[in-house]
Amino acid sequence: MSEHILTFVVWLPILAGVLVLATGSDRNAPLARWIALAGALAGLAVAIPLASGFDTSTSAMQFVEKAPWIPAFNVFYHLGVDGISMPLILLNSFTTVLVVIAGWQVIQDRVAQYMAAFLIMSGLINGAFAALDGILFYVFFEGMLIPLYLIVGVWGGPNRVYAAFKFFLYTLAGSLLMLVSFIYLYFQSGGSFDIQTWHTTTLGMTAQTLMFFAFLLAFGVKVPMWPVHTWLPDAHVEAPTGGSVVLAAITLKVGAYGFLRFILPIVPDASHELAWLVITLSLIAVAYIGLVALAQSDMKKLIAYSSIAHMGFVTLGFFLFNPLGVEGGLVQMISHGFVSAALFLCIGVMYDRLHSRQIKDYGGLVHKMPVFAAFFMLFAMANAGLPATSGFVGEFMVIMAAVEVNFWYAFVAATTLIFGAAYTLWMYKRVVFGKVTNPHVEAMSDLNAREWLLMTVLAVCVLGMGLYPKPFTDVMHVSVVDLLAHVAQSKLP
Amino acid sequence: MDMQTLYLIIPLAPLVGALLAGLFGRLIGRTGAHVVTIVGVAVSFIASVLVFQDVLAGHTYNGSVYTWMVLGDLRFEVGFLIDSLTTMMMLVVTFVSLMVHIYTIGYMRDDPGYQRFFSYISLFTFAMLMLVMSNNFLQLFFGWEAVGLVSYLLIGFWYEKETAIYANLKAFLVNRVGDFGFILGIGLVLAHFGSLDYATVFAQAPSLANNTITIWGDKAWSLMTVIGILLFIGAMGKSAQFPLHVWLPDSMEGPTPISALIHAATMVTAGIFMVARMSPLYELSDVALSFIMVIGAITALFMGFLGIVQNDIKRVVAYSTLSQLGYMTVALGASAYSVAVFHLMTHAFFKALLFLAAGSVIIAMHHNQDIRYMGGLKKYMPITWITSLIGSLALIGTPFLSGFYSKETIIEAVKLSHLPVAAWAYWAVLIGVFVTAFYSFRMYFLVFHGKERFHNAHHHDDASHGQDDHGHHGGVPHETPWVVTGPLLLLALPSLAIGYMTIEPMLYGNFFGNAITVSDRHPVMVELNQHFNGAMAYALHAFVTVPFWLAVAGVGLSAYFYLVRPDIPAALQKRFAFLHTLLVNKYWFDELYSFVFAKGARLLGAGLWRGGDRAVIDGAVNGTAHLVERFSRLVKSFQSGYIYHYAFAMLIGVFVLVSWFARLN
Repeated sequence: MSEHILTFVVWLPILAGVLVLATGSDRNAPLARWIALAGALAGLAVAIPLASGFDTSTSAMQFVEKAPWIPAFNVFYHLGVDGISMPLILLNSFTTVLVVIAGWQVIQDRVAQYMAAFLIMSGLINGAFAALDGILFYVFFEGMLIPLYLIVGVWGGPNRVYAAFKFFLYTLAGSLLMLVSFIYLYFQSGGSFDIQTWHTTTLGMTAQTLMFFAFLLAFGVKVPMWPVHTWLPDAHVEAPTGGSVVLAAITLKVGAYGFLRFILPIVPDASHELAWLVITLSLIAVAYIGLVALAQSDMKKLIAYSSIAHMGFVTLGFFLFNPLGVEGGLVQMISHGFVSAALFLCIGVMYDRLHSRQIKDYGGLVHKMPVFAAFFMLFAMANAGLPATSGFVGEFMVIMAAVEVNFWYAFVAATTLIFGAAYTLWMYKRVVFGKVTNPHVEAMSDLNAREWLLMTVLAVCVLGMGLYPKPFTDVMHVSVVDLLAHVAQSKLP
Repeated sequence: MDMQTLYLIIPLAPLVGALLAGLFGRLIGRTGAHVVTIVGVAVSFIASVLVFQDVLAGHTYNGSVYTWMVLGDLRFEVGFLIDSLTTMMMLVVTFVSLMVHIYTIGYMRDDPGYQRFFSYISLFTFAMLMLVMSNNFLQLFFGWEAVGLVSYLLIGFWYEKETAIYANLKAFLVNRVGDFGFILGIGLVLAHFGSLDYATVFAQAPSLANNTITIWGDKAWSLMTVIGILLFIGAMGKSAQFPLHVWLPDSMEGPTPISALIHAATMVTAGIFMVARMSPLYELSDVALSFIMVIGAITALFMGFLGIVQNDIKRVVAYSTLSQLGYMTVALGASAYSVAVFHLMTHAFFKALLFLAAGSVIIAMHHNQDIRYMGGLKKYMPITWITSLIGSLALIGTPFLSGFYSKETIIEAVKLSHLPVAAWAYWAVLIGVFVTAFYSFRMYFLVFHGKERFHNAHHHDDASHGQDDHGHHGGVPHETPWVVTGPLLLLALPSLAIGYMTIEPMLYGNFFGNAITVSDRHPVMVELNQHFNGAMAYALHAFVTVPFWLAVAGVGLSAYFYLVRPDIPAALQKRFAFLHTLLVNKYWFDELYSFVFAKGARLLGAGLWRGGDRAVIDGAVNGTAHLVERFSRLVKSFQSGYIYHYAFAMLIGVFVLVSWFARLN
């Protein structure tokens, strides 16, 4: 098994998902839940050797598996991870366990299908992170959207069709352009779909520029970057809690991952040339979206906008072209995985009791749910980037890196200190503090054991990463330095 | 036990106490909570005394505890720098914290959030110690934000009170504005020094003294000036300097013990400590020092004026704190860092005393805080009275008392400073002496002397005071229990004597050694030393100086106004109605900020959302959707239903795209 770890990491959750589906109707719901939990835990268990056996001294791909898949087009079943993708796979496998537990009692309708969708999506996302073959990546990258559409479309809110359609429309154009770019790269590289071969393929400036925009659209929509972000708040509002958790914690990261695996190394000259564009869009995301978040009255929308602003730090960090910035972006991705998952779970906890996401329907929650209020405070502070939480680490690194490149980049980025605190804590104040005015709040009960478990696990992650981020950056550092050395070399013919 | 272990125990003991009281509060009960936290802080205090003796014996320490993150050559550590400046701060923090912990047993006796309160104040002690013991900018920022967090939690401790949860959000956000500058300053330090370690940065500073950076256009700015001002913006937030002062008066919504600990003695002085710690950087920029001095002078004078018209006992003390922080800041600007830190220390004792005494009065007044409804409390509360008098006398700079030594030296230091703005700042701090004496004794006379007006107090709304209620109403006021008066007495001792005892070693001796750097271009301390002939002579000399008589005039005038002719203030108020309105409204800063920033940001956000996201972007997306729909109707006619038609079309499509792409290279 040791040489096929990644195959297990990808396919075990998918198989578990199929098994869950086989339990059939809701009469077997308890069985479906337990199989799903077992599958998610097994998925996490097989992923752990990736971390424990990871060699932090090399930038080469590890745990590599390669077998022919479609020999006629040189397509391979080629998997491998480096310091950039490995932490993301673990984050994904970890999050899958959380969403299975989060949906335990909340989902009573089509339980097997719900759980299966998450497990299958988890496997597909792992595949996208591990794929080293362009076609294989494309299959996983597109495939993971199907369960996501279903989760929003079947278990979603009243406006789910509009949300799913909007998401689809956004994604479509980018995906097609990406496929065309892949085919072009296939011909340019002398008939290879190998991503690492593409990293060394020489390309003219025009081709690089066109491909840059194709990739930017494909991955930028997923991140999402301003101005292709408006699908995210709608999708979050309609999605069930588990869907929001995966959407924020993982799906957005696939887009950001694309920047590091495809854009920077494949079109480095265009990346340097057009860095200003990405940086500008990222800074708009931080400042503009920060203000927009302030105006939201729906908690999920607010956190969705906050996600966009936080992901702005990721893309900003990547295009500063120094280790502090790129690793800061990566750290921010992991941290945002924890923090956004925690915040959406918090909103889920409230929604399950009051069936409202409107801030105005709450107030004085601390009287009824003091334990919840304490956890929510921790995660709100993490969202506001308070030191000693994971939310601080990435933002700090990116701001430090930005000062070195251009003072004004850092200046705009650092406004998050104010905006992030303003929209998060103002929401917290209105929801948790004050007197109880809504009689329904009076009837709310504090966390149950299942919710308490979820919150505790995430609190440990958020504090652990904030107090000791070294293990994370140790894993990333060599791969990032190698990537940057690679990006510094021109690929013009 | 080696010293490193002792250093670790100092911050960790309060942290353990905080965690026990916070996580297991229900289990260990109220007594358990105050026992574990008080033991934690007491251990920390005793260990601080031991470390202090060790440092006096000449042992300093600079080392890391653990490595937070490594990126190639870049190392971020958590570590301690133990020198005289640190140990002095450690002693002040742990001593005042211990007093406040004990006092809280009495003050919060009937509060349902008892355990939570003890957990927070111990957590604060931990964070403040991490801040002052840090040996690098990163950990400084950690502590900086952590004390801000606890301050936020404590201001909003009575989370039912609308004013309290407004005040804590405001405090956090205004501090974040300061932190915004602070983190950019730290970023510039890292970018130009390649390290966040104090020792490394300070060692390199002189060689970078003449470096410039361009920020806007072609104008070259001195690197040290930019770094200095950005870091100081952080201090302006934390130490509530004009124009970021607005949060501190509102922070009085929190329970009184934390007003003493956080909003008078320790946290708000973090900015002063930080600038003193960064003296090797600040000494390299006269512009930054002038900026500091101007801000400090404005704060010292104009915040003092506001103390005159306040009727809430805690708010009078709060404006006095703002004004005194201004004094410390002015001293920093004059390169008299040791004097600023000296005033920080004396102020910590007498201001904590004044706040805790105010709290004692508040308990006796059943939580009515309006000094117009007090009076004559002297005979009912002798200990509170005498300690308040000591605190007030120390505050106004009565010779021989602690505040005299520090404040008098600040005024002289400003006089000797060669910065162009010093002449103006000198007038500000001089007039400030009169103002301080006037408002301090206005409060003192109204509370402890004159007619007993508490029987006339209109029945105040108890609900508006949250859980801060001690039940017993009616009857005559009586002295508070020993857990309250004990700390008052213990704080009164240093308020009396610490200045006399320590001025010589701290200012003119070798106490600070290398902890504070002063350049030869700013010889203020050297010149001060030439006139200094010991603490006794200094105090005696004061009787013939201007500040002393200004203070006497302030006390005399307030006695005349509030004891002899109470009709005069009322008449003046009518005569100078505009001035009174200006002061009562605090120069309208709150209104300005709330209108421009709070409302402005919300309106802008809503505008961007409706106009940008909804109208333009979604408009385009939905427009595309409609276009697609119309287009699809047209395209429907191409749907022949034959697979080979489709396959053929796809092939042509891919072929066209690929050949077009291939042509580009």
